[in-house]
This record gives sequence, C-alpha cells and structure tokens, in this order.
Amino acid sequence: MTDISLPQSQLSRPWISAAAVIVAAGLYSWALLMAEETWQVLSLLVLAVVATGVAIKTGFVRRVERDWAASETRLNRLAFAVLIGLILVLSGSHFALLMISTVLLYFVASLGLNIQFGFTGLVNFAGAAFFGAGAYTAAVLGNVAEIPPLLILLAGGIVAMAISLPLLIPIVRTTGHYAAVVTIAFGVLFRTFLEVNEILGGPQGLMVNSMKLFGWDFFNAPSLGNLEISFYVNYALLAAGLAALVFVLFRRLERSWIGLHMDAVRLDETAAACFGISVKRTKILAFLLGNVILGVSGALYGMMISFIAPASFTFSDSLLLVSIVLLGGLGSPWGGAIAAAIVVLLPEKLQLLQEYRFLLFSILVMLVLLFRPEGILPRHLRNFFPNRRTDA
Amino acid sequence: MTGPLLEFRNVVKRFGGVTALDDFSMTLDQSEILGLIGPNGSGKTTSFNVLTGIYGPTGGQVFFEGQEITGADPRAVYEAGIVRTFQRSRLCLPLSIYDNIMIGDTSRLVRGLWSNLISRRGLQEQLDMTRRQARDLVATFSGHLADRMDQPVGTLPMIERRRIEICRALISGPRLLLLDEPSAGMTHDETHQLMDDILDVRARGEGLSIIIVEHEMGVIERITDRCIVLSYGRKIAEGTYAEVAADSEVQNAYLGAD
Repeated sequence: MTDISLPQSQLSRPWISAAAVIVAAGLYSWALLMAEETWQVLSLLVLAVVATGVAIKTGFVRRVERDWAASETRLNRLAFAVLIGLILVLSGSHFALLMISTVLLYFVASLGLNIQFGFTGLVNFAGAAFFGAGAYTAAVLGNVAEIPPLLILLAGGIVAMAISLPLLIPIVRTTGHYAAVVTIAFGVLFRTFLEVNEILGGPQGLMVNSMKLFGWDFFNAPSLGNLEISFYVNYALLAAGLAALVFVLFRRLERSWIGLHMDAVRLDETAAACFGISVKRTKILAFLLGNVILGVSGALYGMMISFIAPASFTFSDSLLLVSIVLLGGLGSPWGGAIAAAIVVLLPEKLQLLQEYRFLLFSILVMLVLLFRPEGILPRHLRNFFPNRRTDA
Repeated sequence: MTGPLLEFRNVVKRFGGVTALDDFSMTLDQSEILGLIGPNGSGKTTSFNVLTGIYGPTGGQVFFEGQEITGADPRAVYEAGIVRTFQRSRLCLPLSIYDNIMIGDTSRLVRGLWSNLISRRGLQEQLDMTRRQARDLVATFSGHLADRMDQPVGTLPMIERRRIEICRALISGPRLLLLDEPSAGMTHDETHQLMDDILDVRARGEGLSIIIVEHEMGVIERITDRCIVLSYGRKIAEGTYAEVAADSEVQNAYLGAD
C-alpha cells in the first residue's frame, strides 16, 4: 500500500474536524436519549436542524466528508468506539439502550435494503416480511436448546432468503418497477399467513427466547460492583458488533467488482449485458444477500424484544425501512444510520407524535426529496482506493 | 487461420411489419476495417443489435471465428471478443471515469463472492493493474483526463463521454470493435483526432477488426478498407469507398431516384 502523504501546507491532522463531528454526534445522542421533557427534545431537534443547515451552507459538511474519505479507517474506528462508549455510559437505562439497539438493528436492515435498492435498483416493499421471517425463525428455533444462538441468527437470515426465492421470478423476468409491486403483495401475504397460522401463534404471536452467548444468557444483567446495569447492554453491544460487521461487508461489496456491476445493472441493464455482466446473477445476488441481512437483523430484534406478533411486520413497517433508505440517501450507509436514528427515535421521544408517526415520515420523506433529493448524506463516488490520495 | 472473422448469412430482422434487415449477408476479415453506411433507418444499428445479442434475428445465421453465434445473449457475444459503443452514449453518468471503463473489463475480473468480499488480495492486484491500464488508455484518447480518473462521467462534455465509451470498449482487448456513429456531435478536427487515436490503439495490439457506422464520409474514406451500403435493410453495394461512392444505386439511395 503506497500512502501518498498530504502536502505539508495542509493541516497536519486533516481528520480532526471529522473526529470532532463524531464526538459531537455521540454527545448529542446522549443528550437526546436522556432528554425527558418535550421542550428539551424539541430544542435539541431545533438545534440539530439549525446546526445541519449551517454546516451544509458553510461547506463544513463537504470538508468533513473529504477528510473522512482521506482517513476513513481511523474515523470509522473512532465512530465505533464512541458508540460503545455511549452504550456503556447509558448502561443503566433500559429505555435508552433499547432505543440504541433498535436504531442499530434498523440500520443493519437498511443496509440490506440498500444493497437491493441503492446499489442494484431493486425496490423491495417487503422488507418487514424478511425482517419478520428472521424474528419468527428465532422464536421457533430458540426453543430447541441444542442450537447455538449465533447459529439461530444465521438461520434467521437463511429462512428470510429462502422465503424470498419465489420473488426471484418477477425480479429476473421484469425490468423497472414491476417487481416492486409483487413485493407489496408478498408482504401482505406474509402477514396474513402469520395471522392464520396457529403453530406460529396466530395474531397473538410468539415468545422469543433470549440470546445466549458462550453460556451467558442475555436476559441477565451484568453486575459490576454497585452499578445498576440494564440487561439491554448485552443486546446493544451485540447489535453494535453486528452493525460494524455488516457495515464492513457493505463497504467491501461497494468497493468490489460485484458492487460495480450492481451499479451498472441499476444504471443501464443493456449496456451492462453488452460488457459481459450477468444482469440476472447480479440481481439475484443483491436480492438474496439483502434478505439475508434483513433476516439476521430481524432474528436479533426478535430475541431482544422477546415477544413478536404479525402486527410488528406490516406493510407500513416495510415502508418505514424504505423511507430510511430514501431519507439517508440511496447507497449511503452513514446516511442510513442517521435516517434510522431519526425514524426510530423521533416518535419515541416525542410521544405526542406517536399516533401520527407515518404522517410525519411521509412529510419528512417528501421534504427531503424536495430539498435534498439525494438524501441527507448523498452517496459518494465509489472509492476503490481508500486511504490513498492520487490527485487533488 | 482461414475463413472470415465474422459472417452474416442471410440475416433477417423484422419488427412487426417492418423489415429492418432483409436477407443481409456479409463477411469481415481479420484486422479489417469495414464501413457500414446508408441513410437513416437502413438497418445499420439493427445489424449491431442483432450481432451483439440485443435482438434475436428473425432468420439467418451469424458466425464469429467459425462458431455460430446466432441469437447468443449479449454476455456470450462479449466473451467471444465483440464489443461496441452506442449511438447515444450509454455510460453510467454518476460513476467515475475509472468505474465506467472497468465495466468493460468484466471478462478479466474476479467474480466470486468470496474473492470479492473476503479474500481480496486478487482484487487488490487487479485494482492496481487495471488502474494503470485504464489510465494509459485514457491518456491516449484524452490526455487531460488521465489525471482525473475519479471524476464522474456525468460532468464531462459529450465528446469526452464518447472517448470514454471507446476506452470502455477497448480495455478488455477485444477482437472486434463496433463503432456506432463515433463522430456524432464532434467537429471535423475532433473526429480526425479520434480516428487517429483508434488506429493508434489498434496498431499496438494484434489485429483488432473494426466495423464502423458513420455518416461522416470523410472518416469512412480515410480509415475503412471496404464499405457496405445498406438501404431499407438490404445491401445495395459493397467495395472500397471510391467504388461505392461511384455506384448509381448508392447515389439514388442517398439523394433519391430521378
């Protein structure tokens, strides 16, 4: 790896501004999660909107993005460290940890959806069904003591992938958005199937056994002296690990020939085929891989909330997942992380909005599409050569 | 090797009641540059689309290096060594110059999920190697872009896009290059330069054959060994440029009879 160093005239630590943003984001998340009064939450939201607006207008965002690209590995690690720090600092609060874990798992799910939608252009309106398939797999397999729980997570992904196989027919045979319509039907069918299926608990749903890792049951709260620690710490840490793992795979996929071929298929199928790219294979791979990721995140989500029902995996929830991808920016993982936080936290922190949450997201998506059509944090050009600057 | 590189044998292509290619036969030799000319709608682009597998022919056969490739899918045609540019440039506009060129290099790149995501040493080597090759190719066609390989193609003017499209077609080291109106929208000098660059690249490799569809007769005259004239999907003349230009049927097709 040749590392072409920056000219001396530039800042000696060009990543410092990006590092400051990460730490600020950590502090902000802490403040938002701790805020209890409505006025506190509202003022924090106003602060975020104003700060973001100013950062965009003054070109600070662009500068941070540039610095981030130049020392990516270091900053990604810092972001992960800040996340772990946040989880540990909030280790006493059930609610905050549940929120963090939920955001992380929705973020992971959105990465799966992004491989399909953002990279390959396959719109999947059954995201919640595959997420739910993972959760139900965890519920059913969790009762079998012999199966190691980490394997159950994987099984959730495989089951989600397996039930998505029939959808490959419209996806491979049609171009454009026809397949998207079929996924809507599939999502509705999935929910109806769960509601009438007695073995899977019908409309009442199922209990899900908790995660166990190396003999440690996640239902137990870790004890550390006199500190009061929530058992959700287990899930938050595991969700953070899963998010990091899937994030790395997502980035590797983007910066691989397969990722390039996914872009080519999305942008011009005919031209892609004329240069030897298998449009079919690329679409199948993107769809299945995305559903595996949705299933794995759903399985861990099921274990965490310990009780699942068909009503948690509706068409509206699928739309929620799609709106995370749209809000964040197609193909943009960091955008997805921010959008997942907004979509999960906003209705929880502003209880008065709870009833109107779908209305709120519709408005939010429309506003973003109007004023920032490429999403909150638009995807960058593929950087095949991270940590290397070849030209100015 | 004996026999032609490419052969169309009585190829017919109909769209409903319209016959776009009517009993079209032709051959192309190794290293030959063939001009395909004719008025608009005479079947030039259709013959490219039939050859590259975008359309299946209604009748007839196509052979490449002695193998029948009639109705083969676009991937198989590419794997056989046939590449093309498009009449209306078809690049991936949000992607960088390098990305776009690499889309043309599929046959050489690692394909498996494992070697793309997990064990990536081979991928790294290919990145380093192709980065150099793509850069060299761009330097030939458009020197000032060689240092801007990370620029999105959508920010380039049309002329540069056409050049990048030719680089995308050439990166894999093809046997046959199909150029569909490469000079559209270019000035006389730019066209001249582009043709020189193509011939330059061709001279470096071993016997690249070219079929060129073009309205700019100066280009046809200068670079082609032989020309075929199409009118309403039928071949009406064949020979050197001087021969077909003197043909009365060709003159009628272009200028109208009487």
